[in-house]
Amino acid sequence: MNGAIGISALRVALALSFVGAIALVAAARRNSAALRSAGFAVVYSSFGLVAIATLAMLTALISHDFSVSYVAQVGSRSTPLIFTIISLWAALEGSILFWAFLLFGFAALAARIHRKEPGHSLEYASAVLLGIGAFFLILLVGPANPFHVVSPVPLDGPGPNPLLQNHPLMAVHPPLLYLGYVGFSVPFAFAVGALVSGEAQDDRWVRGVRGWTIAAWIFLSAAIIAGMWWSYEVLGWGGYWAWDPVENASFMPWLTATAFMHSIMVQQRRGMLRVWNLNLIVATFVLTVLGTFLTRSGILSSVHAFTQGTIGYYFLGFIALVLVASLALVAGYAPELRRGGALDDVLSRETAFLVGNLLLSVMTFTVLLGTLFPLVAELVRGVRVSVGGPFFNQMTLPIIVVMLFLIGVGPALPWRRTDRAELKRRLLAPTGGLIVGLLLALLAGARDLYALLAFGFGAFALVSNVQEFWTGARDRMRAHGEHAASALGRLIAGNRHRYGGFLAHIGLIVSVLGIAASSTFKTEREITLAPGESVTVSGRVFRLERVWGRQDMGRTSIGADIALVSGGRVVAHLEPEQHFYESSDTPVPTPAVRSTAARDLYVNLMAFKEDGSSATIRVLVEPMVAWIWLGGGIVCLGALLALWPRRRRAAPALAATHPPRASHARRAARRVAVEVTS
Amino acid sequence: MKWKFAVGAAALAIPAVGLLGFGLTRDPGAIPSPLPGRLAPTFALPAFTSGAPTAQHPGPVPAVDSVRLASLRGDVVILNFYASWCLACRDEHPVLQRVASRYVGTDVHFVGIIYNDATRAALAWLNEMGPLPYPSLDDPGSRAAIDYGLYGVPETFFIARDGRVALKHVGPVTDELLATQIESLRAAQRPDAPKAGSP
Repeated sequence: MNGAIGISALRVALALSFVGAIALVAAARRNSAALRSAGFAVVYSSFGLVAIATLAMLTALISHDFSVSYVAQVGSRSTPLIFTIISLWAALEGSILFWAFLLFGFAALAARIHRKEPGHSLEYASAVLLGIGAFFLILLVGPANPFHVVSPVPLDGPGPNPLLQNHPLMAVHPPLLYLGYVGFSVPFAFAVGALVSGEAQDDRWVRGVRGWTIAAWIFLSAAIIAGMWWSYEVLGWGGYWAWDPVENASFMPWLTATAFMHSIMVQQRRGMLRVWNLNLIVATFVLTVLGTFLTRSGILSSVHAFTQGTIGYYFLGFIALVLVASLALVAGYAPELRRGGALDDVLSRETAFLVGNLLLSVMTFTVLLGTLFPLVAELVRGVRVSVGGPFFNQMTLPIIVVMLFLIGVGPALPWRRTDRAELKRRLLAPTGGLIVGLLLALLAGARDLYALLAFGFGAFALVSNVQEFWTGARDRMRAHGEHAASALGRLIAGNRHRYGGFLAHIGLIVSVLGIAASSTFKTEREITLAPGESVTVSGRVFRLERVWGRQDMGRTSIGADIALVSGGRVVAHLEPEQHFYESSDTPVPTPAVRSTAARDLYVNLMAFKEDGSSATIRVLVEPMVAWIWLGGGIVCLGALLALWPRRRRAAPALAATHPPRASHARRAARRVAVEVTS
Repeated sequence: MKWKFAVGAAALAIPAVGLLGFGLTRDPGAIPSPLPGRLAPTFALPAFTSGAPTAQHPGPVPAVDSVRLASLRGDVVILNFYASWCLACRDEHPVLQRVASRYVGTDVHFVGIIYNDATRAALAWLNEMGPLPYPSLDDPGSRAAIDYGLYGVPETFFIARDGRVALKHVGPVTDELLATQIESLRAAQRPDAPKAGSP
């Protein structure tokens, strides 16, 4: 029953998508209001149908309806409910269904939000989104149909991949990633819409996609951080980033989207970079499709790869179509776009954004090269090579250091022209930070050049961005006689774009400092202990108390009780475990982590004697790991602040120079100003 | 719309799509080995067990105290690397037991070699899992494993009558794989005995 409802809904939605896309293009061409509303009705109703199919799948999963092929593949009666629900994205077919659900959801939301705006880019954009949606629906009714009928109906299933049911972060990482990936379809669709409708001439489309881009970027950032955290908490190697092809696949669109968020400010302010911005958003979308292709086709070996099938060729066709269409559109229309202004001064915020954009693009290209190089090598020379951490670290570390410098200098550089004396004054404190950061790193024992530079310029950028909040609040306190807290609050509320951006910078720097510290000062030891024996790592004593075993729902756990001993007293217990799931031979490690702001103590159970007479453990002491997650949180918070809608968009120039008080009079005045300037 | 630009730019997509398309035809999990088609590296290793009768082959198995690969030239050899600590080896154990039992005393020789394992542990494991009807060899210093470019266990090498490696299989073997490979190797002509004979 669930299966029949699901597949029928998907089939109808597929047919509707084609009809709707054609209707919307025709509506824009003929300027027909009737076709336009029919088209949007299709957008809403296809979303409804895909939602019904998704609901049918969830019902099937929860009610253990093993007559549905996907449930028979990933379901199991012994799996806890929460993991049963999230197994919606535990395997290929379900994840594509979820993907389609999000995509149509975004398409409906975009139509709803932008329906009153003048021009025709929305019709084209919606048609593009329906087209992308149709591709996923083709997969769902064809090679990735999750609703096949299984007969005879099995009594039970194997359950989802053990790695996915071992940690709650798996409930968070994939949906965030999908939200990010799918989210970038919207700015892409609007870029195409603006090009085709001829509205890329003015810069309004950029303002329209800003929110979508930041929202998708927040999801993607959170997904990357959650993925790192999951890898750290579950895989047992004590690291969080390995330059795995699929990690890279999520990192590349993040880089180009970051560049896009900065360079659209230049376009909004100065009318520059029109073509560049189109290229960036197209690249971001293509990279998300490439990322999906890499995970879904099994083309590169990776921990993330789903099992492959013919689906790879469908994706290849889709990538080809997207690439050809978007390259042709941008190249065909770009020569018709007006050229914007020129740089007034080498020392200006525009320059900082330009150089930053350049660096982000170079970094994207480097990561792309490293990710696809094994394919190139095999094609050209027929040899198998693997490109690992050393390549990526060597290539990206210098770029990251320069980026830190730019993040520090950027806030001190005004638009257009810079007063040299003012710049010197504003860089005084950050330079002090640079020296302090360097000295602290040297004292802590860092000798590696890039580590030193990262700490130095990290501190430089941190001080510079914090200084913006400090001086802004101080000026308000002086001018309005406000309290420190309320001055800071009003400062931020008055210009959320600006201070949200600075906050995101601070978060990023905090993360980078955490990464630099944890990778530079990591101590690691692997040892076999008998109960009662202890090991000292980085001045901390870890004593094996005992090895225990336990039977849970559908799994067997073996754990080691390890006492953290200080001054002869036990101060804490760490219990790393290994979980054996019935569906798999390979145990899933479950390291024990004791996390503080200063350092993480990380213990992983590597092996054990079945009689409990010994356990082999890996102990890591990693400083400042928690900073990475904290920084990620601040990044998202900052971006959220920048995204938070105002009742009315203010002309940014006005808001930057006069942070208005939240009074009605001011707001009204601003509204008038907006009307005048726009 | 400038069509010339559009078509030119679209052509840029061809190499990218071509590269990805090429990638689809590859199996990233495949581990390349130069061995198939070449002479199997020789070894002479001590056997820590000759094997024992199994349920499928209750009859006696020949006593062996060492195995020289060279002396098996002319026959088909199935070389299986395994270890007592290896979980996948547990999966393929009944398969090996079943299939090898059919070939005791024929021109198809099964040989087990332990990898990174102690003979005592391996014997205990065989006691637990049930005996194999063929000898298991110790490989001190993993010399044979290195010669065969072992990536992990289990790995199985099918050696033809002419002493060449016909196939390398990574991971647990299946009944079908063993049956088809062995029968096709067995069907091959015996090379001229005097020429290819004893080393």
